[in-house]
Amino acid sequence: MSEVHAETVPFVRDTMLPSAAPPARQSGAVLWLRENLFSGPLNILLTLAGLAALWALVSHLWPWFGHAVWNASSIGECRQIIAERYGQGAGGACFAIIRERWNQFIFGFYPAEHYWRPTAVFGLMMFAVAPILFSESRRLRWTVLAVSAVASFAACVALGAPGRALLAVGAGFVALAALIEYAPRRALAFSVLYPFLAVWMLWGGSFWGPVAVLAGFALALAIWRLGARFGAGLLGLALGVAAAVWWWAALGPRVAADLQGLMPLALAPVESRSFGGFLLALTIGVSGIVMSLPLGIILALARQSNLPVVRTLAVMFIEFIRGVPLITLLFVASILLNYFLPPGTNFDIILRVIIMVTLFAAAYMAEVIRGGLAALPRGQYEGADSLGLTYWQAQRLIILPQALKISIPGIVGTFIGVFKDTTLVTFVGLFDPLKQMADTIRATFAWKGAYWEPYIFTGTIFFILCFAMSRYAMYLERRLKTDHR
Amino acid sequence: MTEPANAARPAFGTETAVQIEKLNKWYGTFHVLRDIDLTVRRGERIVIAGPSGSGKSTLIRCINQLEEHQSGRITVDGIELTNDIKNIDKIRSEVGMVFQHFNLFPHLTVLENCTLAPIWVRKIPRREAEETAMHFLREVRIPDQAHKYPGQLSGGQQQRVAIARSLCMRPKIMLFDEPTSALDPEMIKEVLDTMIELAEGGMTMICVTHEMGFAQAVAHRVIFMDQGQIVEENTPQEFFNNPKSDRTKLFLSQILGH
Repeated sequence: MSEVHAETVPFVRDTMLPSAAPPARQSGAVLWLRENLFSGPLNILLTLAGLAALWALVSHLWPWFGHAVWNASSIGECRQIIAERYGQGAGGACFAIIRERWNQFIFGFYPAEHYWRPTAVFGLMMFAVAPILFSESRRLRWTVLAVSAVASFAACVALGAPGRALLAVGAGFVALAALIEYAPRRALAFSVLYPFLAVWMLWGGSFWGPVAVLAGFALALAIWRLGARFGAGLLGLALGVAAAVWWWAALGPRVAADLQGLMPLALAPVESRSFGGFLLALTIGVSGIVMSLPLGIILALARQSNLPVVRTLAVMFIEFIRGVPLITLLFVASILLNYFLPPGTNFDIILRVIIMVTLFAAAYMAEVIRGGLAALPRGQYEGADSLGLTYWQAQRLIILPQALKISIPGIVGTFIGVFKDTTLVTFVGLFDPLKQMADTIRATFAWKGAYWEPYIFTGTIFFILCFAMSRYAMYLERRLKTDHR
Repeated sequence: MTEPANAARPAFGTETAVQIEKLNKWYGTFHVLRDIDLTVRRGERIVIAGPSGSGKSTLIRCINQLEEHQSGRITVDGIELTNDIKNIDKIRSEVGMVFQHFNLFPHLTVLENCTLAPIWVRKIPRREAEETAMHFLREVRIPDQAHKYPGQLSGGQQQRVAIARSLCMRPKIMLFDEPTSALDPEMIKEVLDTMIELAEGGMTMICVTHEMGFAQAVAHRVIFMDQGQIVEENTPQEFFNNPKSDRTKLFLSQILGH
């Protein structure tokens, strides 16, 4: 052995090898088929069995879709048309229910002459979120904005919005587009103001009501900032919250009423009870999603806090909320809460449901984000600390950007869950699109017995929205990938 | 400072940069630091050596309060460390630290890593902070990597970025916690060269390291720790050629004897 080595071991390379291109991959459909589907007797058998199962499925489902009737005034008429066309006993979908009642699946009992309001709110929502969600890619941002502006404007026209409203909505879209293009940081102000605008447009009433509520927030913020400047941030925060509550309870409504007297600006009020369908699902879902993220972050940080009281409270809150079903919380919101509130208080049912959905989602969100925080190496905290960053600076600049990035799949999973869970409001008598709204439509004699079609329609819309969220999450993960692992 | 080996080194001042008195620390019931007394003068360069688990990292991490101590006094730059978080943040902004695993922020570019603390802690305008950052990135010889992310750099480059990031805060004292222990042999030299240049500039440095060559080249004083105590403290000349304690002799024979 050693003799052999003695001759072969000494080796000196005199020329370094240049790097070569990798071998070309063989491709072609036939090759792919042979390798993946027909590579052996067992695989050939499995492929054939799979094809047979697929055929059985399609051959049974296709006639039902293929025989679909879109034009009819009742399910009976649908069945008659199908029987005439395809013979007695042939099955077929009756999508005429969607064609005739689409407006209720989308808007519930929202007054038809005001359908343009939620439509415009949806279009404006894109202008509020696009500068945040698509801050990096100009092309993507403009694609999203153009599509949603054109679509929602066209829908407003089709839904018979009055001329003045169309003018206002159109001018708003153009102005916001210009703002986003030329002053993107200012455009974020619209993102903050948007919720108040949306509330006004959806529920109507005096314009000055939401303005007064907004003023309360501004008051709290101003007092807090003032306190922080004099080194009393916590005191300022407490004073600010107290001032805001006082404003909302006492002075704000009176100021709003006076302003309404001076400068009347109002939309026809719409009752919460008339919200339904996807309008309701989106109102509750989007509010829950938007508010649960910051609340979840605060809860996650509180749970990791060194302060025992803060930590204990966070743990108690999270464990309690996660320990009860969402429906329980919704029942609390709809029934129990009234016992605790002073008689005669008109605390909006949708607002109550939004609060409960937000708290529920925030508890899950907190745990998802805590996972992200735990995944960060200790060194990141130490690196931030060693530079003299304060706790909040370190969280905001170093820890959270990374922890949230790690948690994106979990966060979006929670978002999707929240959105789908909005259908549970059916149990407190709100007209969710999946059950209550469909049941209501089926309660009329004409559509009695149409089960599959509404479910398929609602399911499809839910799928599109949830799938979009999921794709966005993937895009975001790709965009934020900087670690080059 | 009469030894010829130290003659070439710039003399350090008489001002006290760090003063540690009767420092004690426990992890649970484990006594990691026992009655540590140490005074570091401004401009002085100290190398702390010792076997693993001897408490040397814990000691320098106490100086910027990444670790809390239970008894004793630490005074940094005339300010005594207390539980007051503002006081601690103030001291941390004056004391730079370089870690074994760099602890760069992977979601920020090299330049952003270097400008973050000056902008947010020192409230320096972005442009000025970027100029300072580029200056120090040139000092550590990686200005062309400024717009890359840390994950795209080699270990040695990352550690030099970490040094530049600390220097951008214009610290009065630099702490090094085994800065070369996670590096490949070929990269150790580039980091040590950077540290030597820094030393020649007169920076007050406290280094925990196993690089005895570095200690001999730049240290004013070598401190040997074992079992949470300072066992021996001497000039590098005396420390390496004429160690007094048996524990030091054993340690030196183990790390130099191969």
